[in-house]
Amino acid sequence: MNSNDTISTILARHGNNGTRLMQILRETQDALGWLSPPTLTAIAAGIGWPRSRVESTAGFYSFFHTEPLGRYRVLWSDNITDRMLGNIDLMQAMCRKLWLEPGRVSADMLVSVDTTSCTGMCDQGPAVLVNYRAITRMTAERVDQMVGLIQKQVPVDEWPAEWFKVEDNIRRADIILGNSLLPGDALRTSFARGTAAGVETASNERSWHEFMQAADTGASATLEEIKKSGLRGRGGAGFTTGLKWEACHNAPGKTRYVVCNADEGEPGTFKDRVLLTRQADLVFEGMTVAAFIIGAAKGFVYLRGEYRYLLEPLNAVLARRRSQGLLGENILGREGFNFDIEVHLGAGAYVCGEESALIESLEGKRGVPRNRPPYPVTNGFLNQPTIVNNVETFAAAALIADKGGDWWRSFGSARSTGTKILSVSGDCERPGIYEFPFGVTVRQVLEECGARNTQAVQVSGPSGICLNPDDFDRRIAFGDVPTAGAFMIFDDSRDIFEVVRNFVHFFAHESCGFCTPCRVGTTLLKNLVDKIADGQGTRSDLDEIFHLNRVLQTSAHCGLGHTACNPLLYTLDKFRPAYDRRLKLLKFVPAFDLDAALSQARQMTGRDDAGAHLETAQ
Amino acid sequence: MSTAAVAAPPRKLRVATTSLAGCFGCHMSFLDIDERLLDLLEFVEFDRSPITDIKHCGPCDIGIIEGGVCNAENVHVLREFRANCKILIAMGACSVNGGLPAQRNNLDLRDILVAVYVTETGLARGTQIPNDPELPLPLNQVHPIHEIVTVDYFLPGCPPSGDAIWKFLTDLLAGHTPHLGHGLIHYD
Amino acid sequence: MSEANTFLLDDIEIPFTPGQSVMQAALSAGVFIPHLCYHPEFRPHGSCKLCTVKINGRPATSCTTPAAAGLEVESNTPEILDKRRTLVQMLLVEGNHFCPSCEKSGHCKLQALGYELGVMTPRFNLLYPTRPVDASHPDVMLDFNRCILCELCIRASTEVDQKFVFALSGRGIKKHLVVNAESGRLADTNFAPTDKAAQVCPVGVILPKRKGFAVPIGERRFDVAPISAHVDEFKPVAAAQGERT
Repeated sequence: MNSNDTISTILARHGNNGTRLMQILRETQDALGWLSPPTLTAIAAGIGWPRSRVESTAGFYSFFHTEPLGRYRVLWSDNITDRMLGNIDLMQAMCRKLWLEPGRVSADMLVSVDTTSCTGMCDQGPAVLVNYRAITRMTAERVDQMVGLIQKQVPVDEWPAEWFKVEDNIRRADIILGNSLLPGDALRTSFARGTAAGVETASNERSWHEFMQAADTGASATLEEIKKSGLRGRGGAGFTTGLKWEACHNAPGKTRYVVCNADEGEPGTFKDRVLLTRQADLVFEGMTVAAFIIGAAKGFVYLRGEYRYLLEPLNAVLARRRSQGLLGENILGREGFNFDIEVHLGAGAYVCGEESALIESLEGKRGVPRNRPPYPVTNGFLNQPTIVNNVETFAAAALIADKGGDWWRSFGSARSTGTKILSVSGDCERPGIYEFPFGVTVRQVLEECGARNTQAVQVSGPSGICLNPDDFDRRIAFGDVPTAGAFMIFDDSRDIFEVVRNFVHFFAHESCGFCTPCRVGTTLLKNLVDKIADGQGTRSDLDEIFHLNRVLQTSAHCGLGHTACNPLLYTLDKFRPAYDRRLKLLKFVPAFDLDAALSQARQMTGRDDAGAHLETAQ
Repeated sequence: MSTAAVAAPPRKLRVATTSLAGCFGCHMSFLDIDERLLDLLEFVEFDRSPITDIKHCGPCDIGIIEGGVCNAENVHVLREFRANCKILIAMGACSVNGGLPAQRNNLDLRDILVAVYVTETGLARGTQIPNDPELPLPLNQVHPIHEIVTVDYFLPGCPPSGDAIWKFLTDLLAGHTPHLGHGLIHYD
Repeated sequence: MSEANTFLLDDIEIPFTPGQSVMQAALSAGVFIPHLCYHPEFRPHGSCKLCTVKINGRPATSCTTPAAAGLEVESNTPEILDKRRTLVQMLLVEGNHFCPSCEKSGHCKLQALGYELGVMTPRFNLLYPTRPVDASHPDVMLDFNRCILCELCIRASTEVDQKFVFALSGRGIKKHLVVNAESGRLADTNFAPTDKAAQVCPVGVILPKRKGFAVPIGERRFDVAPISAHVDEFKPVAAAQGERT
């Protein structure tokens, strides 16, 4: 099949629909190796978009290549946890064996090797992506073998199967990971709630009946349970889920959408990967409950490109749920309740974890956060009311729909109800997934995972909080130490400055570039931190960091820019010596005259030799 | 108030100027303050400067640098100024942002040297890339002076006008933070 | 006092018509708020961040925030001016802005805002990016060295010309302007020098060939008066719409 036929086939599979551009680009690249200028022209013609807009999207995402990058593309995950496991040495060894520089393509166009942002395998690194397939636990031996397979041009499909094994590493399960719900349970409970609770609550729920048909009262009663549960979003921002769903339900629109944010890009976070591996039914059930409540007919899972290997298993679960009557038309026999879910793959852009950027990406565009208001609940996907929730939020919502809001509230604390799934990585004996009731102390988590001599914990990824041992009695909760789930541990052998440097590089790499302060500021920060790392830093460079922070925090377009200085600010506060010992000039001039301060002693001893004098400034 | 402060004779401020990777256009513009130069000399005396022919900068109140930093000698001179001057002023576009000489910054220096001394047509037989130790080596890129030393004030312009220089210096002499309003501040 | 349809901008009472942004209302009232990516004829998107003000104590871009009665807007405070200065400095180090050789000098909004805000130094280390010039088109040249990524040419080409000649590609600091051609050359697009997109560049990227330095130094747009005194040029569409309704 020639390349034009290939492109036509892919375009036809997607109905020549431009909002499906991300999937079209990915599949075309898979088939043709890269996105050449004529390929982009053909795709643009096929979807009826200007070519410039197609190039615009293709150029935004790290996993799309508008230049040839070889038949084997090896990307080393470069989170700090991969670094602590020696990824850079391994990558350099690989490059030496391949006679290659990182970031370059071999002359025979066979292979390229580079780094990429955290691939979500922090508990089983160092990790790589080879042609976007995840490989964990890299070792020197695996590097040798891999180089051999590449040189012999063995297809990745034929590589040793155990390399692609991704462990779940569930170390502590609670109500979510240990649930015994069967597919459809939460939906059946929700439907049943309608007939029972509808009449009972009618007197004080008049507003509900003004916009809900009698047959749908199960939806309103289930929404009440979600609201009663106090469930807050698990993606980091912590917005109250029930209020979001209610606002979306109330928003005028032709149609509504449910979007599951599985763009788990915050370095150090991997709990959504495990939820989608082990609890896909629960997540889909939560989405279906949400659709039932807000009145949506279509749902998307926005799955980060790094988790490409989950696409087929997730599609298999969706197919089974369709056959079980849990998706599709008249779900579980409920007349008129039609809902289906589609998995949409991202392509390497952290910023798409921001809900409006995610929606832009779903529409086939650059992942640039929108101006808000309006918010997605009123103007989301294709400008229609849309809820975007984290994977874990939907899992929790399914349980709440089945067991009720009071049940959920009985776990956790008053303002942080339920449990939180933590992704624990770094210096501990048992990295992996830990589900704790909210309110657990940092110290308890450290003890349970077998962390020793802990110097610092980075909670909620680079944009989160860095804690030192003085903070270890603080609690994981929205009011104290909030988190989207990352929990990276650094023992006293680690250099905190290198941790910060890794995070600062991450933000510079992932800035979408829309606004001036973030686009330029994150690069200026990177250059400043590299200067300090090279032993060329001075106190004025630290002042410059604070100055840049004031600008980014108050004028950047979205959370990425607002928090880009956080790693520096937290560690300058709590780990200042990590900086000081690198600074070149520690100039300080006292406010008083040191020589004059010897005057009385000089007078009393009668000395006037060189040793009896001091210079004030040196 | 102490009597000493009132009685002290006004000491002339010592000023040094030089041009690094510049064209001396800013110095020419300096001379464009015309007869006001005589007024200025009531308050200042010159250390190293094209006017005095002093070879090295001694202790000064004010150092004025024209031009960016394109070679090793520029670095030495700039450091000498910084070490000796309480106030260091970057004067003119080249000093402030690299200016015209920095237009080579997107080219690899090796390519430039080869193009100029090896592959250029019409070179005398035996021409090679100059390697006389007397000649300062060029830097890979041209830098504005604030990338090499701490700079206290910046006076942009290519060149800044005589009026801008006059306003800037008289503000400084009067003890104000220099301020150029509309018409005096220029990047071209 | 809570008079309808006015808000306070640095203690000046600004009237507005519903639907106007804080920026539009301020400009209509003759009060200048620095901006680069805002243009009265196009939908604002708030990327340059120069127009960031504090509204009821919270930072917001004035070009995207709807005016509302009783808002208290701070604009010319030392803190905000300092941030604007830094944003101009960021743009100056991001590109290659060598004013003496630029035909737009004296007419350039970035330069004029530098003057307005008293930007005397780029402050940061210059990035000196490599951005080749596109001189392929017979009548117009593109000097990307000066691009500040305001997207005005994109919006003009999309919304007015409906040609989609310009778009952005790349991400972060590597973000850059591209043209609608497989070759990547302006000559291979349907761009015309009469396009709206040819007229809106606030800096010196999109320039007509064979015409340069037409206005003598001293008589150029921002030689004559600082940008803040040109406030009338930025308001016509907003004001006209407001009056008609």
